[in-house]
Amino acid sequence: MTKILVDGKEIDVPPEYTLLQACEEAGAEIPRFCYHERLTIAGNCRMCLVEVKPGPPKPAASCAMAVRDLRPGPNGEPPEVFTKSPMVKKAREGVMEFLLINHPLDCPICDQGGECDLQDQAMAFGGDSSRFAENKRAVEDKYIGPLVKTSMNRCIHCTRCVRFTAEVAGTGDMGSIGRGEDMEITTYLETAMSSELQGNVTDLCPVGALLPKPQSFRARPWELQKTQSIDVMDALGSAIRIDTRGREVMRILPRVNDLVNEEWISDKTRQVVDGLKVQRLDQPFVREDGRLRPSSWLEAFAAVADKVKGARIGAIAGDLASVEEMFALKLLVESFGSKNLDCRQDGVKLDPKFGRASYIFNPGVVGIEDADAVLIIGSNPRRESPVLNARIRKQWSRTGLPVGVIGERVDLTYPVQYLGAGPDTLASLAGTAFGEILAKAQRPLIIVGQGALAREDGLAILALAAQLAVKGEWNGLAVLHTAAARVGGLDLGFVPGEGALDAAAMAAGGVDVVFNLGADEIDIGTGPFVVYIGSHGDKGAHRADVILPGAAYTEKSGLYVNTEGRVQMSDRANFPPGDAREDWAILRALSDVLGHRLPFDSLNALRTKLVAAYPHMDHVDAVAVGDAAGLATLPQGSVSKAGFVCAVQDFYLTNPIARASAVMAECSALAKGRLQQAAE
Amino acid sequence: MTVRRLADEQPASFDFTPENRAWCDAQIAKYPEGRQASAVIPLLWKAQAQHDYWLPKPAIEKVADILGMPYIRVLEIATFYSMFNLAPVGTHFIQLCGTTPCMLRGAEEIKKVCEEKIGPQRHVRADGKFSWLEVECLGACCNAPMVQINDDYFEDLTPENFAKLIDDLAAGRPVHKGSQMGRVTSEPAGGLTSLTSLYGVDGVSGPGSVAAKNQD
Repeated sequence: MTKILVDGKEIDVPPEYTLLQACEEAGAEIPRFCYHERLTIAGNCRMCLVEVKPGPPKPAASCAMAVRDLRPGPNGEPPEVFTKSPMVKKAREGVMEFLLINHPLDCPICDQGGECDLQDQAMAFGGDSSRFAENKRAVEDKYIGPLVKTSMNRCIHCTRCVRFTAEVAGTGDMGSIGRGEDMEITTYLETAMSSELQGNVTDLCPVGALLPKPQSFRARPWELQKTQSIDVMDALGSAIRIDTRGREVMRILPRVNDLVNEEWISDKTRQVVDGLKVQRLDQPFVREDGRLRPSSWLEAFAAVADKVKGARIGAIAGDLASVEEMFALKLLVESFGSKNLDCRQDGVKLDPKFGRASYIFNPGVVGIEDADAVLIIGSNPRRESPVLNARIRKQWSRTGLPVGVIGERVDLTYPVQYLGAGPDTLASLAGTAFGEILAKAQRPLIIVGQGALAREDGLAILALAAQLAVKGEWNGLAVLHTAAARVGGLDLGFVPGEGALDAAAMAAGGVDVVFNLGADEIDIGTGPFVVYIGSHGDKGAHRADVILPGAAYTEKSGLYVNTEGRVQMSDRANFPPGDAREDWAILRALSDVLGHRLPFDSLNALRTKLVAAYPHMDHVDAVAVGDAAGLATLPQGSVSKAGFVCAVQDFYLTNPIARASAVMAECSALAKGRLQQAAE
Repeated sequence: MTVRRLADEQPASFDFTPENRAWCDAQIAKYPEGRQASAVIPLLWKAQAQHDYWLPKPAIEKVADILGMPYIRVLEIATFYSMFNLAPVGTHFIQLCGTTPCMLRGAEEIKKVCEEKIGPQRHVRADGKFSWLEVECLGACCNAPMVQINDDYFEDLTPENFAKLIDDLAAGRPVHKGSQMGRVTSEPAGGLTSLTSLYGVDGVSGPGSVAAKNQD
């Protein structure tokens, strides 16, 4: 620790801190444009200048100078930093004047207005008028993809976007061509960016040069209602902020949660917004003579009650369901004496009877930063959870983490050792070069994708992976889920009871009535009567005999358990359209008509019941650690030779909301084109 | 400086000749494993030399592929340095120094000759033999004004001797590199003023002088 004085206040900071960090520690505010905590230091905007004593008689860029670079005074006094001296004030005014020389005065028509760093800092540190009478620089706007709109006159060349795509996203899409006054930020010959995290550059841009294209000219930041919530597009459960105006979701932004998503979100999380408004189920439907007919709630309930009498019933929960509604559905189905429950529509073999450690990402997302070797089995984390993939990349770039891949050959944005295509490679790993690396590793991370588990030998593969993963206290078995609802469903035991039918058997006609809670990735045969509870007119609704319109994830408060087993609560940002209702309320009302009234009348009462049955659901934002002993009970077995197939083939179209989104469709088409080009 | 973009018309492909490729591999081998990108400037330079002294898009992509860099990283470098030409140039590519010492010594007059004989900047003459570009200081201020034609300096220019130089080059006649008024390297234009006892006693200075010969 080093003692320094900041504006006369003495603080003790680690010597590797930059002056900017030290000043923040001391409570002094330092303006900045190019500096960002999660990117490398560029030191090119010069806004963070401070005065240093003893030191040269000129201001120093505080972001690029470390505390250990300071020298003590002649008599050993601690070095001093001034952030409010006349020299600093003059320096900041000078920098701001230079930045504004070429910045257009178009704040009234700029979408960044109101949340613009340049605007805010010009108010705080800028001069009152311009002395620049010459022509301003004009720069052509660039096409850099369907998600980011550019207005390059406004660019101040902080290079945050360039550093983000190079360092965090790892695709190196953006760069600065030319130099001096003619420097321009662009992608290679104006091609679309290829990263699944590209939307984050709009958050990083301190001015209005890079803006979210789908939200162009739609809203002002100060008229938006902000709701803190949780993302359900993948199983990571990124922290998000849903901005609404009236009943309409206008945009989704990331929130900082260092334990989960740092401050990034994927493009699907961010730009699925337009999918929330189209293809919505806004009233109940009943199938009559092969056609779906709009009906009233009571009519629809009556149709269900008619079919349920004396029938074999079952329930399949989809990928976006919250814990509460799965709990309500489970209670309802069990009240009929049925154990035909399944939350695994993709047929993965995970089962809560092997213990919680057998189906969660045991080391935790933060645990990636402790790992000293990674083996990825049957997964493409870049498509299944891009933000988590960025975390692996971060650890690789810091430590040169060795990463092995068994499964499809994919570009993960960091170098990997490709080991083989199928489980036979996994079984014969011992003795190979990468097997040695894993054997030597203290904290190996074994990521098992759904592609490795959704097959007959899934449990045997999981058992093989578990053998590699446990080293003393460290349990590195990391099951990477693709569905936000999955871990919650497994926690609830939403799986077939003893001798009961699983999703595939139910879909094939093993039951007479299926309650389908938003499961749109499964083909249900012609046999059963399907009651679909969901928000979007997708595959599930097309097959349904009765449709009960539910709420999408922005329209309800619910618990979601992410892939590492972290219980998180989402909040309601707006209301479901038309006659649609929150899913738990639909189930409660339906249970009444079916004569098996569920024992709660409010969401709070439901949660009380839920917590009584599953106490860990009460600890929101916490992870209940899985007991590694359960892994020993996994059945060993022979594995087939068939290669793994990644669970997510099209990142942009994994769920009904995303499939309804025109923006996602455009991104998907672009990504397909890139794949084709790469194959040629 | 102006905004630099790739040329509109681009060749379909680019590949290094086997000799040049071997030279490139030798350059890359100079850098430690994982730092191959450091060889980007020599490789671009070689690609330009091989491709009529300008860099087409396929060459930029080829260099990026060889070094495992994203295309944009190589484009950044190719657009940063004005010594990389992004559009076709004449077989005699004239880089005219217009910085202060040359300007004071008459670079503007030389520029006029270029405009008359070749045309506007960045324009290749109809016969394909010449194009010219005004650049910043080339470091031969004592012999100002000067131009660089391909790899050689031509100094002490006047509108007359520069016009003759262009005509000679166009006709394929031999030309004298360096000073166009006969002085050796950058000795004083009016003859030696110091060290005259050692140099210039026979009226010849520099490497050809008596003193220099005696020293050998």
